Amino acid sequence: MSQATRWTDQRVEDIIGNLLRAGVILSALVVFVGAIVYLARHGQEPADYRIFRGEPSDLRHISGIVRDAFAFQGRGIIQLGLLLLIATPVARVAFSIFGFALEGDRMYAGFTLIVLAILLYSLLGSSLS
Amino acid sequence: MNVLEFTALVWTGSVIAGLLGSLTGLGGGVVLVPLLTLFFKVDIRYAVGASLVSVIATSSGAAAAYVKEGFSNIRIGMFLEIATTVGALLGAFLATRVSGSAIATIFGLVLLYSAYLAGRPRVRHAFDDVPDPLATRLKMNGSFPEPEGVRHYCVHRVPHGFSLMFGAGALSGLLGIGSGAVKVLAMDQAMRVPFKVSTTTSNFMIGVTAAASAGIYLNRGYIDPGLAMPVMLGVLTGSLIGTRILVKAETKSLRLVFSAIILLLGAQMLYNGVAGRI
Repeated sequence: MSQATRWTDQRVEDIIGNLLRAGVILSALVVFVGAIVYLARHGQEPADYRIFRGEPSDLRHISGIVRDAFAFQGRGIIQLGLLLLIATPVARVAFSIFGFALEGDRMYAGFTLIVLAILLYSLLGSSLS
Repeated sequence: MNVLEFTALVWTGSVIAGLLGSLTGLGGGVVLVPLLTLFFKVDIRYAVGASLVSVIATSSGAAAAYVKEGFSNIRIGMFLEIATTVGALLGAFLATRVSGSAIATIFGLVLLYSAYLAGRPRVRHAFDDVPDPLATRLKMNGSFPEPEGVRHYCVHRVPHGFSLMFGAGALSGLLGIGSGAVKVLAMDQAMRVPFKVSTTTSNFMIGVTAAASAGIYLNRGYIDPGLAMPVMLGVLTGSLIGTRILVKAETKSLRLVFSAIILLLGAQMLYNGVAGRI
């Protein structure tokens, strides 16, 4: 293999930087599209956030959000964009495991795995309870 | 007020919050939640959820720029993220248990403390290069580029920094803020990581910390798309403008103005929280 494929901290960090930027841009675009659909349909309705009701269950879970988004509902599309945004740091952590493993740093691959497990628990596990 | 007007106003407020946050380096989250609850009368749980989302957006956007410069230390960041994410889970669970007034009261106290931290001149400490055994085992000592050449540094008091990070994570999960000030305090003051490395690494960690509590907020129905949309897009716009004009702005006087705003908002949050009006 050529020397150009050597994995260094700097190279891993460069890829992480691009990953983060791509995630933020993509999610902002999806939120923006959802915003147009939502405002076009519901723009004239009264806005009221004084009383906490909690979101309907389809906007709380990944499967429901994806279903609503593909049904072209504005709120569903926005929520999908927000989900992509939350997933961006998770993807970054997952990629870091890969990076540490390639560098042969098992200790840090292990630490990063712990962080990923906590994030996945929050995103997926806490919805099961 | 209809949805269209509400969205436009919240977006404008969020642009200003994002702009101030990025210019002063204190983050937009600390002004967002008071803005939404005090002026737009949004329930504090919705406000915290929306703020958390915007924190992820600005942190990830800024971190993308910082990691390439070679200042942030991903090993320090990743190790301490174990503490911040566990803290964030705890904070988010706590947020689902306590009343809105309690959250507002804690928020007020944190704002007052942040104003004190921002207004206080930073204590510079002398660098000694005696390596700390634990930090060395954890491979935390690093280097960063400076005009005079590459500078090496040693990290100290890891357990102290780790426990402060747990607190930073809990505050982030409970209040929907990045708690970058506490993170920098933990690294810069407790662990004696150079300031520039502390701030960029902190930025790197904020997104992951916020993502740990955002999952719980989403599952509990605290993230409303209609509210989070203008907040996220607005803060992102504001912080993008902020990074463009950062060089020209007079940051010292700006920090003073921002501290004064935080002080006022903190007093208001505290008053409304204690009086049970939020």
